[in-house]
Amino acid sequence: MKAPKELKVKPIKNGTVIDHIKANKALSVLRILGLPSQETAVTIAMNVQSSQMGSKDIVKIEGREIAPKELDKIALIAPKATINIIRDYEIVDKGQVSLLDEINNILKCQNPNCITNTQEPVITRFHITRKGQVTLRCYYCERIMYEDEIESQL
Amino acid sequence: MVLSQKDIISIKDFSKKDIIETLKLAEKMEPIARSREKCDVLSGKILGALFYEPSTRTRLSFEAAMQRLGGGVIGFAEAGVSSATKGENINDTVRIVAEYTDALVIRHDMEGTARYVAGLVDIPVINAGDGAGQHPTQTLLDLYTMQRLLGEIDELHVALVGDLKYGRTVHSLAYALAKFDVKMSFVAPKELQMPDEILHDLSSLGINVNETDDIHDVLNYADVLYVTRIQKERFPDPQEYSKIKGAYLINAKLLENSHAIVMHPLPRVDEISHDVDNTPYGKYFEQAFYGVPVRMALLKSLINNKI
Repeated sequence: MKAPKELKVKPIKNGTVIDHIKANKALSVLRILGLPSQETAVTIAMNVQSSQMGSKDIVKIEGREIAPKELDKIALIAPKATINIIRDYEIVDKGQVSLLDEINNILKCQNPNCITNTQEPVITRFHITRKGQVTLRCYYCERIMYEDEIESQL
Repeated sequence: MVLSQKDIISIKDFSKKDIIETLKLAEKMEPIARSREKCDVLSGKILGALFYEPSTRTRLSFEAAMQRLGGGVIGFAEAGVSSATKGENINDTVRIVAEYTDALVIRHDMEGTARYVAGLVDIPVINAGDGAGQHPTQTLLDLYTMQRLLGEIDELHVALVGDLKYGRTVHSLAYALAKFDVKMSFVAPKELQMPDEILHDLSSLGINVNETDDIHDVLNYADVLYVTRIQKERFPDPQEYSKIKGAYLINAKLLENSHAIVMHPLPRVDEISHDVDNTPYGKYFEQAFYGVPVRMALLKSLINNKI
């Protein structure tokens, strides 16, 4: 009997592999990174088996190393994601995204009556009140922001 | 007394120790607040009172508190008489007023304003209400009233009655009471019960609360009935509003077999009948007075804790 043909995903030469993304969040990660775009080759695996997480998503981005600010955003929706920076087929840097205790100047407070939604010269600040399924509290108005509200802004 | 924070922004910033110390100092301030003793501990000090929104009790009790301690007050009682009408933002106004004064008290309709201002100036900032957000000095005077009239906060059964969904005073009070060993009952129509977020926070603090829509369930047990107004605009159907309002009306007859004191952050409209005013139950005017010694305690601690 013939073995079923397996579609191999080519390793990337230069770029970033984001692994251990929470299942079904790969498209949100791409949105944070402003992808897809015409120039960048992207490979996505969704809902694949993971010994650690049960199921997970993986994203491979050719020719782009992602920036620290982008990592902070990814941490909000995929707090366990791991990042591999690839140069010439070798992993040159490996790490895990880390959810900061305070999220500054990334998200807008959902409370229209919050002081941060005025003309005042103030940047938004949120404290993490729950990790895992991330929940944030606005430093100023104390309004809670839940995961779906966070994701809709990224 | 030395508070652990520079500013008074949210009751959540207070430790139980800070609350107890503040209430203790407030008690010492009471004879001065009643003009039986004199004090000039804040002589030469100036409070900047920036009331972008109208207020009667809060503004006047801050002014009284400052003056009873020998200090002075400058500021405005509505945004219409400030440079805000010329388009000046809060940032510029407060930085300037902070140069003239030793502490600021601010009320604004945007939530988070006081926290924002506290980050802009070096002098202490007191939140006198920020929209639907926090009003910590109200909560402290509520706690002081309970302690003053009932001896101790621990062991009390406090029933919060009325609009628990939108009322900021009851939210802050619930968080503050959670620092004590109290029983809490939330008495409200289902549409206006305490928000899930607060119930969740209380339960994670290990606090058990009793939720009911019938005030008769708590009348025989509660030590405090803390009443808030149910606003007409929360109900699309006027008939439904009338029915609900009637079910939460506090009058002298209802209280006949109760031992509870009745508190209210004021202003009341018609949720407490006037026949309660002169009974031993009605304590809301006394409660409003206690705003003065409590604010005196805070002003003294923040502006001059060395004396």
